[in-house]
Amino acid sequence: MNIVVCVKQVPDTATERKLRSDDKTLDRDAVDGVVNELDEYAVEEALKLKEAHGGEVTVLTMGPGKATETIRKALAMGADKAVHLTDDALHGSDALSTSYALSQALKRIGFDLVVLGSESTDARTGMLPAMLAERLDVPQLTLANKVEIEGGEVVIQRITDYGYDKVAAELPAVLSVVEKINEPRYPSFKGIMAAKKKPVETLAIGDAEIAADQVGLGAAWSEVVEFAAAPPRAAGTIVKDEGDGGQKAADFLASKKFI
Amino acid sequence: MSEILVLVDHVDGEVKKVTLELLTLARSLGTPAAVWAGPGITDAAKARLAEYGAEKIYVEGSGDIVDFVVAPKAELLAHLMAEKSPAAVLVAATSEGKEIAGRLAVKTDSGVITDAVGLGEGFVAEQSIFGGGVNVRSRVRRGTPIVAVRPNSTAPVAAAGAGAEEQVSLMLSGSARGARVLDRVKQEKGARPELTEAAIVVSGGRGVGSAENFSVIEGLADALGAAVGASRAATDAGWYPHQFQVGQTGKTVSPQLYVAAGISGAIQHRAGMQTAKTIVAINKDPEAPIFELADYGVVGDLHQVVPQLAEEVKKRK
Ligand SMILES: Cc1cc2nc3c(=O)[nH]c(=O)nc-3n(C[C@H](O)[C@H](O)[C@H](O)COP(=O)(O)OP(=O)(O)OC[C@H]3O[C@@H](n4cnc5c(N)ncnc54)[C@H](O)[C@@H]3O)c2cc1C
Ligand SMILES: Nc1ncnc2c1ncn2[C@@H]1O[C@H](COP(=O)(O)O)[C@@H](O)[C@H]1O
Repeated sequence: MNIVVCVKQVPDTATERKLRSDDKTLDRDAVDGVVNELDEYAVEEALKLKEAHGGEVTVLTMGPGKATETIRKALAMGADKAVHLTDDALHGSDALSTSYALSQALKRIGFDLVVLGSESTDARTGMLPAMLAERLDVPQLTLANKVEIEGGEVVIQRITDYGYDKVAAELPAVLSVVEKINEPRYPSFKGIMAAKKKPVETLAIGDAEIAADQVGLGAAWSEVVEFAAAPPRAAGTIVKDEGDGGQKAADFLASKKFI
Repeated sequence: MSEILVLVDHVDGEVKKVTLELLTLARSLGTPAAVWAGPGITDAAKARLAEYGAEKIYVEGSGDIVDFVVAPKAELLAHLMAEKSPAAVLVAATSEGKEIAGRLAVKTDSGVITDAVGLGEGFVAEQSIFGGGVNVRSRVRRGTPIVAVRPNSTAPVAAAGAGAEEQVSLMLSGSARGARVLDRVKQEKGARPELTEAAIVVSGGRGVGSAENFSVIEGLADALGAAVGASRAATDAGWYPHQFQVGQTGKTVSPQLYVAAGISGAIQHRAGMQTAKTIVAINKDPEAPIFELADYGVVGDLHQVVPQLAEEVKKRK
């Protein structure tokens, strides 16, 4: 089975993230990049599926040059090879452009199953998996906390408000996973060494037949009009419980008309 | 004024509160038209949509719409967009709502904005990003604006609309039938309001200590008429079901009041609750980061403070 896992490099959520004042896009240079946490679960699931059903796992990342660090991490976990889609023309792409660019790269790579995280910690749109399914015209198996493949059929548990739906589809398909699905492995020393020798193919937009006028800041379907640091929350009142903490909290709730 | 399509969120024939909020918002920007996808619409549901301003109610009542994942609803909205040329489309910013919005945007070559906490003139949306650190105003500049709005962003206000029903019948494409729902498994849901919709949420974390002790959290929630939430530490430990997890990888809530008991306030937890209007924290560690967000904090043992608070609330109601 030919599995492609989409991995994004994002700013470390522990650092302060900023928008650039010039073009109002995320300032990716100013912060340390890490693997989007949820994508580690996607890589883990891809590796497990490969272990159970055979095949190959390819990492696909769209991002600036330094995203190679993220690619190495996924390779160190055990993926076989990687494709790094990188081009200055892609800077500022929104979800629609990103899904278009990734779908073109995926068509070039070829796949039975595309695996994604359910959300990125920076953009947080949670739309990419559904958009890719639409663009690639394959079934959408998203928000999975359990995956089983038998024959050509994939059955997942899709997390819902009330519990879960059992959903089935034929391959090829797009799968997204939630963090309950597995426990991502740590790269071993051997894995880290091996990752250095694994093939990473670099693609510019032309290589993947990505139209320049459909990507990047200029093509974005939506734009930030303005932004500002959120006004700091007014410091709250903190009291120590002296046996009447509950009553005091009730006074506060009453003052705010909650009771 | 042109029409604004509002996708109705419904369970067991009942319209969810977020839909009333979206109708209220739509009314301030155009003429609201509700879109009902799937079987089970009732007269009561229609009356409710009309009460909150729906001039039209488009109904596609076939089972197919809900027997396949997400794609049919996007197809239905795309069909209506082609037919009615609305000024905008609003959906609830739930996981499914955002997926519908995403597919619809691709289908109709239209821009999409997710997790709006406000929407004004010219469909300029307000968003709160980076864990609440930055406020953004953004807008769609290609196609018809598609906006996923967070529950509790607006107070629903009734204002009668005509509620004229129009049947829509959609020929689902083969592509929309790719992912079949085999079974829906409902896990316990009591009489409490739904987490993402609730005006008040009371959440417990690792500090609660055990599954049994969650009754303390439930006790306060019931006194306040609130929904119960949990941190990932609590859901991972199996103390509370996963669908109640609040945070980055759980539900995003934006209630009027959020009470966090025994929760440290990790960035991933904050990502799901920092747009709450008022935050109360109970934690025995005065250094817990949750206190940075709290409008009111009690440093103490939740097993003392929370039951006492619940008693007081009951007394004063
Ligand atoms: C990919 C990823 C996704 C994640 N997604 C989420 C998410 O969606 N939601 C989420 O919540 N977390 C998420 N996390 C986990 C997050 O990083 C934290 O680990 C988690 O939020 C901690 O939960 P907690 O605050 O309950 O536990 P802790 O951090 O252990 O805090 C427990 C708190 O309880 C206090 N306490 C203990 N006993 C008492 C007592 N008797 N009375 C009062 N206070 C007491 C302690 O002082 C402490 O502050 C995610 C992590 C990762 C890596
Ligand atoms: N630039 C990117 N390169 C590779 N994968 C991506 C990229 N952006 C998003 N993804 C994938 O899409 C998922 C959802 O992201 P998002 O829709 O931005 O919340 C992520 O978890 C990744 O798997």
